[in-house]
Amino acid sequence: MNGWMGKVLRVDLTSGKVTKEPLNPVWARQYIGARGLGSKYLYEEVDPAVDPLSPANKLIFAPGPFSGTFAPSAGRYNVVTKGPLTGTIAASNSGGNWGPELKYAGYDLLIVEGKAAKPSYLWIKDEVVEIRDAAHLWGKDVPETTETLNAETDEDAKVSCIGPAGEGMALLASIMNDMHRAAGRTGVGAVMGSKNLKAVVVRGSHAITAADPDGFMRAVLQTRKVISEHPVGGAGLRLYGTNVLVNILNSVGGLPTRNFTDGHFPTADKVGGESLAANQLQRPKGCFACIISCGRATKVTNPKYAGEGEGPEYETAWGFGPDCGIDDLDAIIKANYYCNEYGLDTISLASTVACAMELYNRGIITLKDTEGLDLNFGNAEAMVEAVRLTGLQQGFGKKLGLGSYRLAEMYGHADLSMTAKKQEMPAYDPRAIQGIGLNYATNNRGGCHVRGYTISPEVLGVPFKVEKETLDGKPELVALFQNLTAAIDSSGSCLFVTFGAGADELAAMLSTLTGETYTAADFIECGERVWNLERLWNIKAGFSSKDDTLPPRMFNEPIRTGTSKGQVSRVPEMLPEYYKARGWSPEGVPTEDKLKALALA
Amino acid sequence: MSKMLVIHPDKCTGCHNCELACSMHHEGHFRPRAGRVHVYTWEREVFSVPMMCQQCNEAACAKVCMPGAMTRNARTGQVDLDHSKCIGCKMCVQACPFGAAVWDSLTARIFKCDTCGGDPACVAFCPTHALEWAEDLVSTRERKKSFATKLKNVFSEAAP
Repeated sequence: MNGWMGKVLRVDLTSGKVTKEPLNPVWARQYIGARGLGSKYLYEEVDPAVDPLSPANKLIFAPGPFSGTFAPSAGRYNVVTKGPLTGTIAASNSGGNWGPELKYAGYDLLIVEGKAAKPSYLWIKDEVVEIRDAAHLWGKDVPETTETLNAETDEDAKVSCIGPAGEGMALLASIMNDMHRAAGRTGVGAVMGSKNLKAVVVRGSHAITAADPDGFMRAVLQTRKVISEHPVGGAGLRLYGTNVLVNILNSVGGLPTRNFTDGHFPTADKVGGESLAANQLQRPKGCFACIISCGRATKVTNPKYAGEGEGPEYETAWGFGPDCGIDDLDAIIKANYYCNEYGLDTISLASTVACAMELYNRGIITLKDTEGLDLNFGNAEAMVEAVRLTGLQQGFGKKLGLGSYRLAEMYGHADLSMTAKKQEMPAYDPRAIQGIGLNYATNNRGGCHVRGYTISPEVLGVPFKVEKETLDGKPELVALFQNLTAAIDSSGSCLFVTFGAGADELAAMLSTLTGETYTAADFIECGERVWNLERLWNIKAGFSSKDDTLPPRMFNEPIRTGTSKGQVSRVPEMLPEYYKARGWSPEGVPTEDKLKALALA
Repeated sequence: MSKMLVIHPDKCTGCHNCELACSMHHEGHFRPRAGRVHVYTWEREVFSVPMMCQQCNEAACAKVCMPGAMTRNARTGQVDLDHSKCIGCKMCVQACPFGAAVWDSLTARIFKCDTCGGDPACVAFCPTHALEWAEDLVSTRERKKSFATKLKNVFSEAAP
């Protein structure tokens, strides 16, 4: 095979058995790779009703066909499993170098099954696969774990691992690779912890081939060209990172503030990408094969929050910043470092801290509940300490590690959790921007922006401008963006290539790389197939249209200040149209006809 | 006048595009180990440095090459490798202080940067110009000017 390696590696941690199987070529054609192909294998092999933290759940590491080639900014992999935070199917997407290295070792998918009897790690060196003891690593943070494993395997090996948060099965735990990159959302780190699997270390020496090297080169050069010439993809993201969005979202009144009690933060500029570039930024960083370089190598010298590493992204700066009523960028970056070091999802944890702050400010929880943390909105020191404790799964951090829904529910106020399907909504207020709200409500993994990023047209005007307040055309727009993104995620490409490139460029690269012919429409259809498969899984897991919603605050409490003052989300009006646009029944179930058309029936 | 490859580690983002472009150009597939350039990253400090053949004037690889496969080309200023003369003794691998001559066991050949015949693919694919193909008389011009700009900014801001 070209693009694909043609091989699946399966490791049963219960029995210690390692098997290698040929990749199913029909599924590869239909589901491409990464998120799509991983989801297809999970769908065929795991009962959606499974307890996500039980040995019966599986953990699939999946790069895509582009991963490891020079398709621009396409070195990613997905971790596919049943997510313990949401109970939905989960595919958490990460950059760095790890995904390509699994391809170089010869595999398109690594399927981890069962549960190891004791802390273990996997060492994969091409054909040689070992399950090794990890007793000496248990309790170590991500940088220490990574360095120790590089020292005892291969200095150039790539490490994907969990920190103490994943070991403690915090439902907000991420899987970290290359120290700083996160498969962050839906609690995939807790699944890894439940399997007693500390790390997967990979070193590969094989080649990835292209079916038509000259054609692939031409398609890649064309894609590089359109991205490089785009103001966001070619310049903006390298200059300011994703955090340039703080000021943009604040100006349109869509920057959720103090646990979404408002949509505007007066001192937002202090935590934005421009401030970051002027102060803590050392240099831009790129993931494997990236030409965009949005990563931020940063350093904080303020002794209270000193450290160095990567971040923050926009959603992190928003979450630990305005959403907690905080405008101290040094403190925000320190919270980001802790999340990377202990293995936590910054979005979900930040929003959980914000929720705890609201519970505390309203007197629903007290110093006794927080074990001494003075969680007033705006208290940066308490926020950073809350993050540290969650990372180590100590004190009140244990409760924060459950996520905001379970935390707020524990105190009788689930309505104060800013989640969709129990996953925290990111940094774009659905009251100000109608399309993104519909995406949160219908998203197959709950509150998530990256799987239907309508912020591009609704706020940035890319690739075309639509009004953020209108409902007209939004259901179709959301469905299209969700489908295109599912295909992009399945290819191994970064979503940010859409700042310049579209389905035409991606389909041309995929066709010349794999030798399978994909038109732009075929490519998007693959994404639609993935989306419907995920939906089917979730229905089997017990989800229904009643779960396609947002927190009541989004409908009942208008934004108080800023340019979107007075607005609420109108998801209920758009939902029936969305189901129609998807070819689903009024109850949100894919119809027989739709499934047949997508070769899913 | 000949040209040389100048490395600017301060601009390197650690993306490895250079390795991929090199591997594709020379081997027709993607195998970073087959790249004649390699990028090393210090993850804690988030800093990366690309390393490749320096085309030394007094090239150790050429001096130790018994069959004369590795030779200094006065015209291009580069060290050429004639694979037809190479006997695979790997003395160049032993001798190069930069580790830039590499034995590839998969193809049983020595890998060393040949600047793609004067149009290096790594430079073309580097998204941040961390690799520069510069006239050797002015090869450090950009670095000098970049530092001069910093000085200029400091002094012009300090001026009343």
